[in-house]
Amino acid sequence: MSALLEVKHLRVAFGTGPDREVAVEDISFSIPKQGTFALLGESGSGKSVTALSVMRLLPEVARIESGEIRLNGQDLLELPEVQMRGIRGATIGMIFQEPMMSLNPVMTVGQQICEPLRRHRRLSRRASMARALELLDAVRVPDPRRRLYEYPHQLSGGMKQRVMIAGALAAEPELLIADEPTTALDVTIQAQVLELLHELQRDLGMAMLFITHDLAVAKSMADAVAIMQHGRIVEADSAKEFFENPRHEYSRNLFAALPDISKRGLRLHGNGSSPDEQAAQPESKASSKPLLEVEDLRVHFPIRRGVFRRVVGQVRAVDGLSFTLHEGETFALVGESGCGKTTTGKGLIRLLPVTQGKIRYRGHDLGHCSAHEMAPFRSELQIVFQDPFSSLNPRMVIGDIIAEGMQVLGSAQESGERRERIEELLRQVGLEPKHQNRYPHEFSGGQRQRIAIARALAVNPRLIVCDEPTSALDVTIQAQILNLLQDLQDQHGLTYLFITHNIAVVSWMAHRMAVMHEGRIVEQGDTVEILQNPQHEYTRTLLSAVPRL
Amino acid sequence: MWVVLLTDFFLYLLLAGVGLYVGFVLRTPHLRHAWRSVMTRRGGAVSVVALGFFAAIAILDSVHFHPRLEQPGAQVEYSNEILSVFDVLVGPLRTHVERTYSAPFAYHAHSKETRETPQGRVRVYPRLEYGGAHLENPEQERGWDITVRVLRGALLGAGVWGFLWLSAWQIRRLRGRKPRDPGEAAIPWWSVGVTALLILMLIGSVTQLAGAYHVFGTDKVGEDVLYQTLKSIRTGVLIGTLTTLIMLPFAIALGITAGYYRGWVDDVIQYIYITLNSIPGVLLIAASILSLHVYLNAHAEEYTSLAERADLRLLFLCMILGLTSWTGLCRLLRGESLKLREHEYIQAAVAFGVSGPRILLRHILPNVMHIVLITVVLDFSGLVLAEAVLSYVDIGVDPSMNSWGNMINSARLEMSREPPVWWSLTASFVFMFGLVLFANLLSDAVRDAFDPRVKR
Repeated sequence: MSALLEVKHLRVAFGTGPDREVAVEDISFSIPKQGTFALLGESGSGKSVTALSVMRLLPEVARIESGEIRLNGQDLLELPEVQMRGIRGATIGMIFQEPMMSLNPVMTVGQQICEPLRRHRRLSRRASMARALELLDAVRVPDPRRRLYEYPHQLSGGMKQRVMIAGALAAEPELLIADEPTTALDVTIQAQVLELLHELQRDLGMAMLFITHDLAVAKSMADAVAIMQHGRIVEADSAKEFFENPRHEYSRNLFAALPDISKRGLRLHGNGSSPDEQAAQPESKASSKPLLEVEDLRVHFPIRRGVFRRVVGQVRAVDGLSFTLHEGETFALVGESGCGKTTTGKGLIRLLPVTQGKIRYRGHDLGHCSAHEMAPFRSELQIVFQDPFSSLNPRMVIGDIIAEGMQVLGSAQESGERRERIEELLRQVGLEPKHQNRYPHEFSGGQRQRIAIARALAVNPRLIVCDEPTSALDVTIQAQILNLLQDLQDQHGLTYLFITHNIAVVSWMAHRMAVMHEGRIVEQGDTVEILQNPQHEYTRTLLSAVPRL
Repeated sequence: MWVVLLTDFFLYLLLAGVGLYVGFVLRTPHLRHAWRSVMTRRGGAVSVVALGFFAAIAILDSVHFHPRLEQPGAQVEYSNEILSVFDVLVGPLRTHVERTYSAPFAYHAHSKETRETPQGRVRVYPRLEYGGAHLENPEQERGWDITVRVLRGALLGAGVWGFLWLSAWQIRRLRGRKPRDPGEAAIPWWSVGVTALLILMLIGSVTQLAGAYHVFGTDKVGEDVLYQTLKSIRTGVLIGTLTTLIMLPFAIALGITAGYYRGWVDDVIQYIYITLNSIPGVLLIAASILSLHVYLNAHAEEYTSLAERADLRLLFLCMILGLTSWTGLCRLLRGESLKLREHEYIQAAVAFGVSGPRILLRHILPNVMHIVLITVVLDFSGLVLAEAVLSYVDIGVDPSMNSWGNMINSARLEMSREPPVWWSLTASFVFMFGLVLFANLLSDAVRDAFDPRVKR
């Protein structure tokens, strides 16, 4: 097979002069016709920059300094912009990560798909609409005739990604670039989209450049893979060879950092910790003494309409949940987006008003107590959020952020004592005491998450609600944070309510788990038992959709 | 006999506030760091120096007194007139009053007058009483005289600058150089020095010239236009700052409260500003100013001097401008708070049981301050202009008070003369432009320095 796309010694840099930063250094790879090539790497490794270079869609500050990008033997870097426009969309199609951002909200689905058709295939309006209908049918959008005239906001996330794919395929490109096409989607939708891409590739005979951070996804898609780190390809091989026997140390570290059921009780490999170091067995410390009992919890949001804001309906985000958290255990709440798991977490610690139900915590019902009655329990129930970038006030220094809880809840009132406590906390989460005078923007995502954990720990909580604490992080960073959470649980006997969509994390970390679907728990029990022998139909669907290594 | 006018009082209050804030900044490391980084930007450093110049004039012009009357008797009597320290400093500018219009650097009046001569009546340009009066043969001597004065003044200014610079350097050396933190950038002293040098040289030249010429000409009643524009600085600065000071509490408090609490609080606040917005601002201001007129006429005995009446009117204008102009900023802040309240750091604070007011102060307010800062500076220029527009319909500051608005307003008629009288407009434009430009530059630097998201 001859190569469709050949990239040779590509170097891309951002900025010029002393601020110049090389984003991609000496990248070479080739994709045969009808082949699938996966570029793997953590955030900031330069994989998206590589993809954008192929499309010549780099932002203005970036410059391709050297190298060749050949498509069917033609060097794309030498083409004038006018001809390049003819190639984009026609010979190379592209799908982006965020389906919400990549569709124009004021154009109908039909118009967006027709645009490349009319541009590249010179089809008439009628003909292009007919073709758009075929395409929507091909990407399995139900009721395509109606969807043609709908706007993006009327579609679900998975549906939008299908429309994006239809648009990218409209002009029958020879090469499809997919930049993290399923990262923003739920696992069940991800499985469908990946399956769809597979079939379309086979039917249309196109090649694919697949960019992802997810090893498992890459494995399910690619013929050949390359691992990128700091702008360089550290290992490139056929998929079969790579997944059986990764050679480079960095690749092996990535595999070691992945949480998995087989690693239960072992430390994950983050940077700087050895993989075989033993951690306490998750099962060991959990007691059967209940700490928090939830009974028939309901959180409904009223829908208001009209001038007088009359309540015309209810969104039943959480609809009758019952479970028990035992002291010192990790209880995972698993589900897809919109299933109400975050609402449950926030409702439990009364960040949202609870419509109905009991939350019994050490003999008190937190479900319906006033803000005043809630106050004494604030220090015992804390939360760590998903997005480390919005969970820290950008205008406060780290010391003040951590001190806030202590000030309000009255522990460590004296400033010297408080300072000592802050330093101790920073050390506990693996940061340095001198960091307390810096602002959050000076820290990376993983460090910020450590700060958020230190903030929650500052008031000596017994229960921490972890709301997707690692889903915005790279796998090696995720491994560090998960190890940290595990260590803290061992030291302080903390109880975690771990909210996540990531089954791998649950399988590594949780003692017990509950699967949520549409505001209800469909199945709960011992983690290993559920994972190995799911009872409920939905649990089975969910588990089978998870791509495996 | 010293007099404290109402606006003076508020200006002093503002100064005291600024003083306290500076003290607070010096004691707080990260604030000191941020302000230092304002000074490390060239734009910031230059505009601080230039605005310092404007502020100094405004402050000097806000220390008022009744001058003592020169009387032979033992009885000490004070004039009813109110002067400021600034008036005394610029002495001749105030007292050198011609009969009517004259162009900048002119030695004769702008228009011809009829004179009786032995040859009969002739139309001539009469010589000015002060402008170029020292010249025997003005046509030949004037150019040279001006050049000499400019150079002499510039040298004088440079001399003063050199003295200040040397003494600052000496003090710094005596106190011992404190090692700078490696993370901190150097303040661009070079730019600061050049700006100060330019300003001092300019002041030197102008003082040398002002004694003998009217640098910006004279107006209809022969008053020196340079003096008028310099006096207008105080009016402009006051309208800009006092109005903002009055408007800010409303805008900030109501805006972030509405955005954070939502629900009925939001509804009430929205209805208030929607109502206020739907009343035409000019009408509201006209009504208030006219009712102030009525009040002043009814209580004529309490406000005896012209200056006091004009001052009260200025204060009232600031207040009413403040009361009508907070809605825009309020709306912006409400929107921003609506967005911020969903951020997870706010939720984290709620999870600690932090009270609502404390969240507003600690978490929301600092995160909207950049909007406040930008709006305030943009409004500043808008307010100075609004004053001009209001003067046009005679509801601006008192006509007897010097202000750029009044000058621009009177320029309407002056520009339609033949040949046009362009200097009033030019002078007020140059000064207004300078003030607004430097305020904008400073606000840019401040915003960048205080926004942690901008990488330094």
